[in-house]
Amino acid sequence: MIQITFIMKKQCDINRPNCRTFNKHLPLSMKKYIGFFLKYRKAVILAPALVIIDVACEIVQPDLMSKIVDNGVMHKDLHYILQTGGLMLFLSIVAIAANVGNIYYSSHASVGFASELRKGLFDKIQAFSFSNLDKFSSASLTTRITNDVNILQQVIMMSLRLLIRAPLMMLFAVVIAININSGLAVIIAVAIPVLAIAIYIILSRGLPYFEKMQKRLDQVNRVIQENLVNVRVVKSFVREDFEMKKFGYTNDDLREMAVKASGLVVLIMPVMQLVMNISIVAIIWFGGNKIISGAFQVGQLMSFITYITQILMSLMMLSMTIMTFSRAEASSERILEVLNTEVDIVDSTLAKEKKLVVTMGKVEFKNVYFKYHAQGEEYVLKNISLVVNPGETIAILGATGSAKSTLVQLIPRLYDVSAGQILVDDTDVRDYTLFNLRSSVKLVLQQNQLFSGTIKQNLKWGNIEATDDEIIAAAKDAQAHDFILSFPKQYETILGQSGVNVSGGQKQRLCIARAILKKPAILIMDDSTSAVDIATEAKIRASFKKHLKGTTIFIIAQRVSSILAADKIILLDNGEIIGEGTHDELLKTNTVYQEIYASQQLQTEAL
Amino acid sequence: MNEPIKSGEKLNLAGLPGRRGNIVIERPKNSRQAILRLWNYLKRQKWLLILALFLLLVNIASTLAGSYLLRPVVNHYILPHNLPGLIRMVFVLIGIYIIGAAAGILVNRLMVVVGQNTVRTIRAELFGKIQALPLRFFDANSHGELMSRFTNDMDNVSDCLNTSVLQLFTSGITLAGIFVLMLLISPVLTLVTLIIVPLMLWVVSAIIKRSKDFFTTQQIALGKVNGYVEEMITGQKVVKVFCYEDSSRKAFDEINDDLREKATSAQLYSGVMQPLVQNLNTINFALTATVGGFLAILRGFDLGGLAAFLLYSRQFGRPVNELSSEYNSLQAALAGAERIFQILDEIPEPADIKEAQILGRIEGNVQLKNVTFSYDQGKVILKNITLEAKPGQKIALVGSTGAGKTTIMNLLPRFYDIDSGQITIDGTDIKNIQRNSLRRSMAIVLQDTHLFTATVMENIRYGRLEATDEEVITAATLAGADSFIRRLPKGYQTKLENDGGNLSQGQRQLLNITRATVARPSILILDEATSSIDTRTEQIIQQGMDQLMKGRTSFVIAHRLSTVRNADEILVLEQGEIIERGNHEELLKQKGRYYQLYNGQFD
Ligand SMILES: Nc1ncnc2c1ncn2[C@@H]1O[C@H](COP(=O)(O)OP(=O)(O)OP(=O)(O)O)[C@@H](O)[C@H]1O
Ligand SMILES: Nc1ncnc2c1ncn2[C@@H]1O[C@H](COP(=O)(O)OP(=O)(O)OP(=O)(O)O)[C@@H](O)[C@H]1O
Ligand SMILES: [Mg+2]
Ligand SMILES: [Mg+2]
Repeated sequence: MIQITFIMKKQCDINRPNCRTFNKHLPLSMKKYIGFFLKYRKAVILAPALVIIDVACEIVQPDLMSKIVDNGVMHKDLHYILQTGGLMLFLSIVAIAANVGNIYYSSHASVGFASELRKGLFDKIQAFSFSNLDKFSSASLTTRITNDVNILQQVIMMSLRLLIRAPLMMLFAVVIAININSGLAVIIAVAIPVLAIAIYIILSRGLPYFEKMQKRLDQVNRVIQENLVNVRVVKSFVREDFEMKKFGYTNDDLREMAVKASGLVVLIMPVMQLVMNISIVAIIWFGGNKIISGAFQVGQLMSFITYITQILMSLMMLSMTIMTFSRAEASSERILEVLNTEVDIVDSTLAKEKKLVVTMGKVEFKNVYFKYHAQGEEYVLKNISLVVNPGETIAILGATGSAKSTLVQLIPRLYDVSAGQILVDDTDVRDYTLFNLRSSVKLVLQQNQLFSGTIKQNLKWGNIEATDDEIIAAAKDAQAHDFILSFPKQYETILGQSGVNVSGGQKQRLCIARAILKKPAILIMDDSTSAVDIATEAKIRASFKKHLKGTTIFIIAQRVSSILAADKIILLDNGEIIGEGTHDELLKTNTVYQEIYASQQLQTEAL
Repeated sequence: MNEPIKSGEKLNLAGLPGRRGNIVIERPKNSRQAILRLWNYLKRQKWLLILALFLLLVNIASTLAGSYLLRPVVNHYILPHNLPGLIRMVFVLIGIYIIGAAAGILVNRLMVVVGQNTVRTIRAELFGKIQALPLRFFDANSHGELMSRFTNDMDNVSDCLNTSVLQLFTSGITLAGIFVLMLLISPVLTLVTLIIVPLMLWVVSAIIKRSKDFFTTQQIALGKVNGYVEEMITGQKVVKVFCYEDSSRKAFDEINDDLREKATSAQLYSGVMQPLVQNLNTINFALTATVGGFLAILRGFDLGGLAAFLLYSRQFGRPVNELSSEYNSLQAALAGAERIFQILDEIPEPADIKEAQILGRIEGNVQLKNVTFSYDQGKVILKNITLEAKPGQKIALVGSTGAGKTTIMNLLPRFYDIDSGQITIDGTDIKNIQRNSLRRSMAIVLQDTHLFTATVMENIRYGRLEATDEEVITAATLAGADSFIRRLPKGYQTKLENDGGNLSQGQRQLLNITRATVARPSILILDEATSSIDTRTEQIIQQGMDQLMKGRTSFVIAHRLSTVRNADEILVLEQGEIIERGNHEELLKQKGRYYQLYNGQFD
């Protein structure tokens, strides 16, 4: 054990980045992880305790055996042999019980830990804000919850056994060996440092390779994932060969690093064998000499050999455990990165106390400025001021990238403003709890998403308690009912991943239905009908007029026909409001609006 | 002496966290076939393998020889007090051990190389297969599920090839060797061992059989967790908007608890095997010591022999033990391999027929004749579609959502094959054209936008790999994307990540259009390519496109009629059938569906 701390310390002097993190994070991360063990603390304590029993039973066996040879056989004492043999047998059985117990508890502890950790991670990600999410790719978050947690589980399982067992075995073996013959024990004093240094050299070279390997594995995974998502693009441009070449490079890189890393660590075993065998030869030599001079016995020689191999094996196992630990360190860091992420949008204490709810649906922007990155140069939204009264329909029009989506995402507080204030029902959005705010402000995202499952399950996202009648009513309002009925299984139709088996417009209408299931005080539709034909869209508008009377509605759209009927049209350009008013007003006064109108005149002149 | 102590713990020699043993194991349904196929990959490195086998034999022989020599050393040199002989033997032993260690080092490295080469080959083949599979396959399989074959299953195979194969050989050969040596020393004592070994084997096989079921259920549970997490996180923004966090937490807890239960059982059963085998071996040791002691007294069995035998019997447990644990890891690898082979065995897009032509420069005459198509049997999506695009024409498809517009465009590049009817390009049935050459002749802007993790420049160049920077910029200007790209932090060199996550939807569409533009295709297909783009920008794009597509055929799908009004022919699609056709003026005169759409008069 002392040797190992020595190894770790030495290693870190070399100043390998990998190593530094090991030392720096390990104690810290341990603290962070303790919480996930709490539920299983009994198992965590019992598992190593049982190992101690096992080791105690185990360690005396070679000594007993040597006694059989030296006392029993030499003195021709049958009874003694039988007695000692019986004791050995008994101890073996106790060891079995202890071992089974250890496995039982360490399984519970490690799997339980992993389960709690997964839950902790999942909960944390559920609390992430949009800007938190922007920093991680979804693939990488998924890998962390499953793959990386699995690696930690394995390490815990291994530690609860080996981390106690190996040093104990070593300690006991050293003590007994010295007891048998302190002179011969000098061999141990030489062998241990030699092996320790060899292992240290191998590990310190191998660890950085492993870290690199992990990164290259990530790259390989990314290429694969992207190819799955973009399969239609690859096929349509006939880029299969290109992608295969691209993959070939990353694949080769990974192979190279895997060979380097694994190729180094597999050396530990033969090196250890060599050290062990040479030690045994040394014991035979010195021990043989002693026996020749009559100071030592054959049985003792044999048990000494057994003990020294035990010591070295334990040392190797310990280093293997440390190796696994260090490998798991990469995973641990990825997990901690998620756990330590500070969620930047949370309920304020004031909000929690007041528990306000949105009832009217009045929205007011007061000199709002916004940028996505605090250190970013330019504001995406500049000095936005705007009042929308309850029940009004507001249309937002503007060129691509003029920050329409950004603007509406601020209302349900998906991002926080950089400066200024947004009021809903005359209260700052930051003074509502997120739940209360978002329950009443429903946003249909521009990049909408359906989930695998039945259509009904998807719609229920809008309101888990919704009855079938309510679901059908919402689907009817969103003009989704008819096409749903055209499917053989109707509302029970199973959608594929992100809704691959419905058309673009069908997807959008399902998303609208989901949003209006629980009549919101404020409904925001971000380009939600772009793939819906004009006829269907008009019907949606008509049913909204009937069934969403008091609701304040924000519509972002590019078709003038979609927004004609709005109470107010906001014209956005490059993050600034450049026009505000009804269709007729804007048509008279605003040149940009006139241009937009002209470009679509085909449709509007007839209206 | 190869670790004559009990070395019960399973060592994972490559230092890879033991993901193999316990977590991701699916019992192979047909192990033999999987082994054979894996072997076929390994066989490609025949010479390395033969060399490895040779080195392995040297290594094992040296270990065994070392312990075998212990008996003569004790009997002939130590007990008779023969010092010169002892010195000689010590040097012989050292020599043997050094040779053994050298062989050991070489064989271990060699096997890592062989293993990783094999893994690379399989991975590349799997990736190649993914490229060759038809779209139907991707419609039916979730990404998370496929990715797990690349990661989890491949990991199992990789770990196994790295160490387990070698270990299996080592253990097997060592076991046989030790057994022979034990027989040589004392047949009677060997008999004692023989009583224990079957018991061990019985324990092992009993546990393996039981743990199989647990592993299978664990796998199912793990799959559920994986699938759920993947999908929820991909849709996390929707979760936030709908305050769905609590519901999703609850659902997650349920499947996570389920996984915990299943995993604990699996862990327990697979974990308990090694200590059990190891302890049974201790019992064996105790019995042998006792019986050996009796034999020495009653039958005059020599002491050196007893010493050596006891060492062997301790050694004996190690390979047995290792075999049992490697067996577990082998099973995991085979299960993984099977899942990989499943994909490799999937039916790829049908091969081009032998006489398939390569399209050269084409005129761009596209015809559909009585085309009928359905995604799933029983639900016909397209009925009897007939249309013709003459070279250089712009054909527009309009009609209500779900009418089948995207579907028609999916048929031209043969993403899906039609049920009946015929599609021709310049008079040639597309079935008689090499698929790649067919797809190269067209560029498609899909309704869903997709970008790669790469710079803007690289993303655009995806359309034509040889395009120069100037050509890329020209295309971007034509497609109206240049101005926003220049405003990005690093312009064309800005790296896009997460599918272009920090661009606006319209900006993503602009990049998709630019990518198609730079391809300079003979046939251009725009499926709602400008739906999220404002009409003024769209006009710029249209001018660019008209310039670009002069003399080339294009198809445009749009709900915004202003996008399609200048098309040569407009087809109105309803429920999979073409109900009206003609140019803008003609259709208005018909006073049919198009007229209604145009006038905003809806029933
Ligand atoms: N998550 C993000 N991180 C950083 N920048 C972003 C992010 N989302 C959008 N942007 C940038 O902010 C600007 C405004 O984007 P936004 O999505 O609000 O535009 P939009 O008006 O909705 O455009 P469109 O009509 O194309 O949807 C764009 O320049 C875009 O590149
Ligand atoms: N991969 C698929 N598997 C099964 N059914 C599908 C698949 N893709 C589309 N469909 C179904 O085929 C029909 C036609 O879909 P398609 O995408 O062609 O419509 P569309 O005319 O493009 O509509 P939109 O204007 O909404 O994009 C729809 O009913 C849809 O549900
Ligand atoms: Mg937007
Ligand atoms: Mg479509």
